[in-house]
Amino acid sequence: MSEEHDDLIRRVQSDPQFHDLVRRRARLAWFLSGLMIVIYFGFVLTIAYFPGLLSQSLAGGVTTVGIPVGIGVIVSAFVLTGIYVARANTTFDALTKEIIERQQG
Amino acid sequence: MTVRFLTPVSGALVILGLSGTAALADSIQLAGKSDLNPEAIVMFLIFVIATLGITKWAAARTKSATDFYAAGGGITGFQNGLAIAGDYMSAASFLGISGLVFANGYDGLIYSVGWLVGWPIVLFLIAERLRNLGKYTFADVAAFRLKPTPIRVLSATGTLVVVAFYLIAQMVGAGKLIQTLFGLDYLYAVIIVGLLMIIYVAFGGMVATTWVQIIKACMLLGGATFMALMVLAKFGFSPEAMFQRATEVHPGGTAIMGPGALVKDPISTLSLGLALMFGTAGLPHILMRFFTVADAKAARKSVFYATGFIGYFYILTFIIGFGAITLLLQEPTYFKAGALPAANGSYSPADMIGSGNMSAVHLSQAVGGSLFLGFISAVAFATILAVVAGLTLAGATAVSHDLYASVIARGRINEHQEIRLSRIAAVMIGSIAIFLGYVFENQNVAFMVGLAFAIAASCNFPVLAMSIFWRGTTTRGAFVGGFLGLISATVMVVLSPSVWEKTLGYPSGSAVFPYDNPALFSMTLAFAGIWLFSITDRSQSADDERAAFEVQYVRSETGIGASAVAAH
Repeated sequence: MSEEHDDLIRRVQSDPQFHDLVRRRARLAWFLSGLMIVIYFGFVLTIAYFPGLLSQSLAGGVTTVGIPVGIGVIVSAFVLTGIYVARANTTFDALTKEIIERQQG
Repeated sequence: MTVRFLTPVSGALVILGLSGTAALADSIQLAGKSDLNPEAIVMFLIFVIATLGITKWAAARTKSATDFYAAGGGITGFQNGLAIAGDYMSAASFLGISGLVFANGYDGLIYSVGWLVGWPIVLFLIAERLRNLGKYTFADVAAFRLKPTPIRVLSATGTLVVVAFYLIAQMVGAGKLIQTLFGLDYLYAVIIVGLLMIIYVAFGGMVATTWVQIIKACMLLGGATFMALMVLAKFGFSPEAMFQRATEVHPGGTAIMGPGALVKDPISTLSLGLALMFGTAGLPHILMRFFTVADAKAARKSVFYATGFIGYFYILTFIIGFGAITLLLQEPTYFKAGALPAANGSYSPADMIGSGNMSAVHLSQAVGGSLFLGFISAVAFATILAVVAGLTLAGATAVSHDLYASVIARGRINEHQEIRLSRIAAVMIGSIAIFLGYVFENQNVAFMVGLAFAIAASCNFPVLAMSIFWRGTTTRGAFVGGFLGLISATVMVVLSPSVWEKTLGYPSGSAVFPYDNPALFSMTLAFAGIWLFSITDRSQSADDERAAFEVQYVRSETGIGASAVAAH
């Protein structure tokens, strides 16, 4: 690694905005990870302990509550990734760029 | 309280577990070899000619190591999302999940969900950091501040073991499936699959592999969409009408609309869930795909698109499974000669020709005639090829980039020699895969993909995650913990009921380890091992490694110094 590169790393590291950025992005990432884990294991444990909840009719017909819930888990995985990408690729990446440009001088 | 749990985990892995290809193909075997299927062969030949053309084009563009391992970093996020989906959706998940829905209804949906939920985790925790720190393999990331030699030995071992088990399961499954769908001999089928994957990888490297995966993903998604639409069209696009009809003709009645499930304990369920969730984040052929895009931004987009495509695909398989219930269950043509229908004219799903796992194939004939049946058969073949090509490339890269260039030659090797070595490794891995496919023809290999996921979750993932997130990780910790995870996962699988009793044939109840999936225990051992052997490491080099965390941390979070796109 070049001298210049190491120097830039050190300067970014001492930039308070860098730590702010990482904290905010990590908070979102861990929150969404936790949410996915809760949704998935919540779904599986509901099946295990309260299968009746998902077997009841949704609107009087044969379609059960379980159908939209199961598909909802699939859709939620997609939506959660969408939320993260939307935030990370705009706000967070702009911040990153700003920090690097400032520190490059 | 009666605790009802998912169908036995081994069953889930057998059917869905991609390994399923083998298991399902076992059950597909009709009375010996089936007749040649001309439509399927013509469509498959078109696919082969097109992909060989792409390989030729890719070979001309593949000059540097970055081209060979990472397609020059020039794949877009959208393309990579499709390629990841193509790498991940196997023939078994297509035929196995729709077959499970056909046989059990709602339970099939429950299983498919498990295979999707690892993707958001890959995005939130791994994807961008991997792209920022590594070059071609996840070992690059783990070796960023740790000692290259032991870390690459560990990572290459983890990669090769995962690739080996995954590949054997795919080869055996491919041979049997193709034997049935195309009427080719098992050995010929295995040789054709092996030769094609060697050609794609050895000549076209990552560029060709990527495009094979993209084309396959489009064919599979297109074919499955058409089938699902044809099914829904029969019911005026009313799911309620389709479900209504399904409950009338299925022997399970309205029970198929909710969780059915055989009893299984919560530990097994949790353990399988962990293996699926974190195994996905440790699959070497999947992780390698993140180096084919330009930057962290594109890496994130890749996962977003991949999650969308894979999730959409699982919803389609659910509709296809119900389509098979409604459109096939009362049609004698699709059931074995001796099977007797119930009073209402419905056959038992278990009596389907080639078992319920062939329901999607039979449905393709019912909704689109023999031409569409041929297309779906060709899709199944293409699907297998895309998966095995990705695995072969990951294995070859572990040999040339991680083991040879870094460990044996210690950097005294130029790019051209390294690529050459990788091509040779691809030929060797392909040849070994053909040989093992032949040897394992009549063995039960159903547990192997489950084992691959468990090892990925217990060795590759902990080493990667701890080296990225925990400052305290040292070489000694990662090395000991990683091997603990790998060895314990393997031993526990061998001692589990699905291998000890069902594969090795020891008496029921004699299995030492009671659960079919070890991830809960082997992952814990790996993380605990990395932690313990790191904090007790008082060497000078360990202090240096902890101190080097800061630089790694800034780079992983900002991408400063990340490997750039190859100049073209």
